[in-house]
Amino acid sequence: MQFSRLQRKILRGSIVYLGLAFFVVIMLFPFYWMVITSIKPDVELYLSKQNPLWVFNPTPQHYIYLFQKTPFVTWLTNSLLVAIVSTSVSLFIGTIAAYALARLRFRGAQVMGMSIFITYLVPTTLLFLPLAYIIRNLGLYDHPVALMITYPTFLVPFCTWLLMGYFKGIPKDLEECATVDGATRIQALIYIILPLMLPGLVSAGLFAFTMSWNEFIYALTFTQSDSVKTLPVGIVAQLVLGDVYFWGSLMAAALLGSVPIAILYSFFLEYYVKGMTAGAVKG
Amino acid sequence: MQSTFQSKHFTRLQRLGDWLNSERGLGYTLVAPAVILLLGLIAYPFCLSIYLSLSDRLLAVASSGRFIGLGNFINLLDDSIFRQSVWNTFNYAFVSVFFKLVLGMLMALVLNEITFLKNFFRGMLLLPWIVPTSLSALGWLWLYDSQYSVFSWILLNLGLIQEKIIWLGSPVMAMLSIQLVNIWRGIPFFGISLLAGMQTISQELYEAAEIDGANAWHRFWQVTWPLLMPVTLVVTLFSLVQTFADFQIVYVLTRGGPVNSTHLFATLAHQTAILSGKLGEGAAISLFMFPMLAVAIILQLRYLQQRD
Repeated sequence: MQFSRLQRKILRGSIVYLGLAFFVVIMLFPFYWMVITSIKPDVELYLSKQNPLWVFNPTPQHYIYLFQKTPFVTWLTNSLLVAIVSTSVSLFIGTIAAYALARLRFRGAQVMGMSIFITYLVPTTLLFLPLAYIIRNLGLYDHPVALMITYPTFLVPFCTWLLMGYFKGIPKDLEECATVDGATRIQALIYIILPLMLPGLVSAGLFAFTMSWNEFIYALTFTQSDSVKTLPVGIVAQLVLGDVYFWGSLMAAALLGSVPIAILYSFFLEYYVKGMTAGAVKG
Repeated sequence: MQSTFQSKHFTRLQRLGDWLNSERGLGYTLVAPAVILLLGLIAYPFCLSIYLSLSDRLLAVASSGRFIGLGNFINLLDDSIFRQSVWNTFNYAFVSVFFKLVLGMLMALVLNEITFLKNFFRGMLLLPWIVPTSLSALGWLWLYDSQYSVFSWILLNLGLIQEKIIWLGSPVMAMLSIQLVNIWRGIPFFGISLLAGMQTISQELYEAAEIDGANAWHRFWQVTWPLLMPVTLVVTLFSLVQTFADFQIVYVLTRGGPVNSTHLFATLAHQTAILSGKLGEGAAISLFMFPMLAVAIILQLRYLQQRD
């Protein structure tokens, strides 16, 4: 049977949008379920014979419980603090290293670039035990600084790798003009190149912030008390109490813990996509 | 006296200035912080973990830590829980990555065709990958609840099952359930990365193939698949390493149970070293992740060199 051009176009369109619907449902259903759970009263959660896919008497009680009866706000503050400090430190170290590796010729630069790439691949679970040992020996166990100095171990390789690509994309002439006019290399870097690097810096910064916000195993292993825990570890380790689950407030906490990332991300989607595909596409 | 001091001071500053303005000097200065960090908190810990793995060091006892050679490794290879974890890790990683690749490729193909609200949909579909895994895994823990699982409710109401499924209760189902979560979380990474790769393929190639009479199926296998191969390889290897070293999903959903059927290298290392306090043995377990990582690194470096 031969389809006309129009028929084929319609067929193709419906397959594509059916596929899209499939992915939207699969990817978003867990979030829908979390939202629904977080606003259901306990009666609807555990005793109701009604359709569980809908909420009949929405309530903010689980969110109120979270803010009044749990250290949620403390964890939120800790997470913010750790993420901001480790992101800033890593962005600084990563930017200057990337500039040197992408622009300057010196012995060992090649090897260094390769080591950065290798460490970028190292998963955090490979080194969490020796790091735990070092942290204890330094007397930093259960202290936010433990996280602020260990997070850069995965953030710096990432930032450096991503920013090297951006530095290579900026024409060398610009810098040379500046140095001919009497500027030092550092001045040329700060006044001429960095402003042009802004998209790269935003991309690396957002991504680094997300990575530290989401980090789990270091925070789980290096901290213990409520006053130090980050949000993901606090929620998973403290709010999940044995066999008694407070599903409403648990889901509320899980959602709120994801909100800062989701907000950042909705504003800067393009930068995120650049960050995540940096390793694969641009290399 | 004073003037010689000043001039000495001055020349020193000038020398520093010259050093910082030379490529070599500035280069070393700017990479120094990164090098110190990587040596101190990656290279040194790595050597330390080899040292710890050869000792019987306990986490809480500073005086412990006799050198026992390969004792930990020999004990582990003899230990049924460890051997079970090796199998679990391979099963978890390879099955998950396979489905992430297949479904991620489909997602990329779909997103590549979309024109209506393109960025909106791309953003929505990326969500599982961007939010904290430990927190979305908590959502899945509730989805898999033995009594209130909404999946069971849906399947029961569709008449597909007769009684509730105990998602995390039996070894086989528990493994499938955590793989499903990993796949769900990882599809967007594959999807978006492969999409970025697809967009670099010239449209003319597709037009030429269409003129030659190739249908969509053929165009995919003759044009998209071969040209996308480098990106596919890099993304797959990266994901394989990460999945192999996964921790959060298992920690939140099963803690390695039931009867150790979902323990991975990382969760077993955590349980052995942190919860049971046997740091040396735990370090030995986590080192088993290294060979896989090494293979991935070698392949990736070879690919990078080829391309340059």
